[in-house]
Amino acid sequence: MTLDRLLLGDNQFFGVNHMSEERAHRSALRFQDTAAIIEVIDDAVEAGVRSFMCTTHERIAEVADHVRAHPDDYPGFAFLPCLPYAHKYANAVTELGMMGAMRSFLPDEGFVNAALRGGKALAGKDVEGLITLLVDAEMKMFHGLSTPVVFLQNVVVDLLLGLRFDAAFSIFAEHVRSRYGAEPGFITMNLPMALDALERAGVDDPIVCSNMNKLAFRVSGGVQAYDEVLETRVFRPVAMSVFASGAIPPREALEWVSERPQIRSVVFGASTPQHIRSTVQIVEQLWGGVSSR
Amino acid sequence: MVSSPIDAGGDILPSQPEFRGRNLALIGRMIWHVIVLGGDRLIRVGVIGAGKMGLSHLAILGAHPDVELVGVCDSLGYLLDVLEKYTGVRKFSDAAHLFDEQPDAVLIATPSASHVALVGEALARGIHVFCEKPLTLSAAESTALADAAANAGLVTQVGYHNRFVGTFREVKRLLDLQAIGRVTHVLAEAYGPVVLRPKGETWRSKRVAGGGALYDYAAHPLDLLCWYLGEPETVTGAVLARDFSAETDDEVYGTLNYAGATSAQLSVNWSDESYRKMTTKMTVWGERGKINADRQELEVYLRDTAEVPEGYRVGWNSVNTTTLTPPVWFYLRGEEYSAQIDHFVRSVAASKSDSSAVARVNDFASAAATDRTIERFLREPSGDDHQRQAEPANHHDRRLFGRARKGHR
Repeated sequence: MTLDRLLLGDNQFFGVNHMSEERAHRSALRFQDTAAIIEVIDDAVEAGVRSFMCTTHERIAEVADHVRAHPDDYPGFAFLPCLPYAHKYANAVTELGMMGAMRSFLPDEGFVNAALRGGKALAGKDVEGLITLLVDAEMKMFHGLSTPVVFLQNVVVDLLLGLRFDAAFSIFAEHVRSRYGAEPGFITMNLPMALDALERAGVDDPIVCSNMNKLAFRVSGGVQAYDEVLETRVFRPVAMSVFASGAIPPREALEWVSERPQIRSVVFGASTPQHIRSTVQIVEQLWGGVSSR
Repeated sequence: MVSSPIDAGGDILPSQPEFRGRNLALIGRMIWHVIVLGGDRLIRVGVIGAGKMGLSHLAILGAHPDVELVGVCDSLGYLLDVLEKYTGVRKFSDAAHLFDEQPDAVLIATPSASHVALVGEALARGIHVFCEKPLTLSAAESTALADAAANAGLVTQVGYHNRFVGTFREVKRLLDLQAIGRVTHVLAEAYGPVVLRPKGETWRSKRVAGGGALYDYAAHPLDLLCWYLGEPETVTGAVLARDFSAETDDEVYGTLNYAGATSAQLSVNWSDESYRKMTTKMTVWGERGKINADRQELEVYLRDTAEVPEGYRVGWNSVNTTTLTPPVWFYLRGEEYSAQIDHFVRSVAASKSDSSAVARVNDFASAAATDRTIERFLREPSGDDHQRQAEPANHHDRRLFGRARKGHR
């Protein structure tokens, strides 16, 4: 598949801002009503954006319901889900403990109970089953919708990276391909390290989304290492945080990206029609279009 | 632009806020690596506790170029089986067996009540220790551990990661420079969504295991207060209130009184789900200005009477984390988590090579001061025993592992 040049992200809808708690709070207030989220998506669709890279926040399920109910309004529209919604799990682990949390999220209680009973005998098959069950639970909300790429969130990718749990990457990739006919994607804050791990895991030409910006904001390993992997490694790079949460003016930020022709796509988090239109306009000037379809 | 942040200790992190300096920092690290570590002498570290924090630390240590993981110890056998099978890390079900491997250092991330026994054992065996916060549930025991570590000449550190957050470090630097003059008042706040239902299933809901908002949440802003102002002389008006927890506190409020007519207000609520995740804020009023700081942003107002530091001006100054946060080699959840582990590893390496290049940050003596401050919230005379916890919760549950794993930090 070909990734669109411009992917609408969803951080702005859920009170995530890497630079300012206050801005995050204001956006959480503004998007309290899902209709406000849908309005921004509609603005993006009108401007030509066709890809929505989103978490599996429960409010995204309402967005998915809306798109499912109005297919004619969203021709060629694709969800690019990012799993899992980490805070949901992190809070559950704090409240219920590791196994309690797992029990609460898995549809099949018998599975966890069996794993617990099995104690030391937890076989490889079980870990595979666990990962696939968790993926399926999160993917339910997108049933019947187009999901050409399914991403694994950075907090999970990077945890697995540090643990050297390479097998999890291949299990995830295989399941996303076979069950959803989708491409696996990986979000990471540690791009060079992630490419090595994905290579060890046998994931070829992976779609990898990482911070890439002129300020080198949260570019772990250094901007030189990032430029080197862009030059030398075979993968499909998706750039996030290109505006460094607003610290870099849009044109300057996108020109920096356009100087790196290997970068396939840019995730952006606009919340006003003006912002969307101006971003689309710059992208059209630099690359000739925002959608590949 | 603000000039380079310098840590209170003088030299704990590469201090180049501008990103042009990043590569210089990495080159510097490599040179340091060769000089101090002699190229290939890795620091051998064992991890005790594989809950949320333990796994996070395990990943950060696993990604550290100067660390060799000795193994991981936990009571959850199936979790260790999976880790061993898929990542190759050695598993231990008994901490004593991990200690027997004679690691250079251990990282302890078990429920808080078990810290004192595990830390004590590690120190007795001459092993350097990184321990999650709070150090123990008793200030006296924390002080004893700090003394034991000092006598043994061992490196110690406690996981108060906020001291590695760029904005909070800059606040410390500005206070040391007397930028806003004498501090008159500090408002220290922490809010987040930890306990939102009556029935708790983990050690966090049990006071005897070290749960509760005071020990597990308020510890963070109280540690920052200790860093900025030292220890208080008294704590008054302490309120430990319950929203959901049957056995412990969910809200903590109180006034801390310091020498020189400085005061601070603590406001902590871990049952506040209007916050997506833990949010810590410090507001500092001085005779010559004011500082607002959270993890992402720093706002500094300087009166025309202020000693204006280089890069600042009279009136409002706004600085965000990008200009204050040094780069890390590996990112998981926030630069501060990697930076604190890197600092510990470098401290242990310096200790091994008899070099004294690394300043102490969050050592046991510092964490013991925080524990003494925590304890003052329990000792303050109470008019309403129902709302308060009568005593510190030590000497109750010394099992090395609670039923559930370490959770929110």
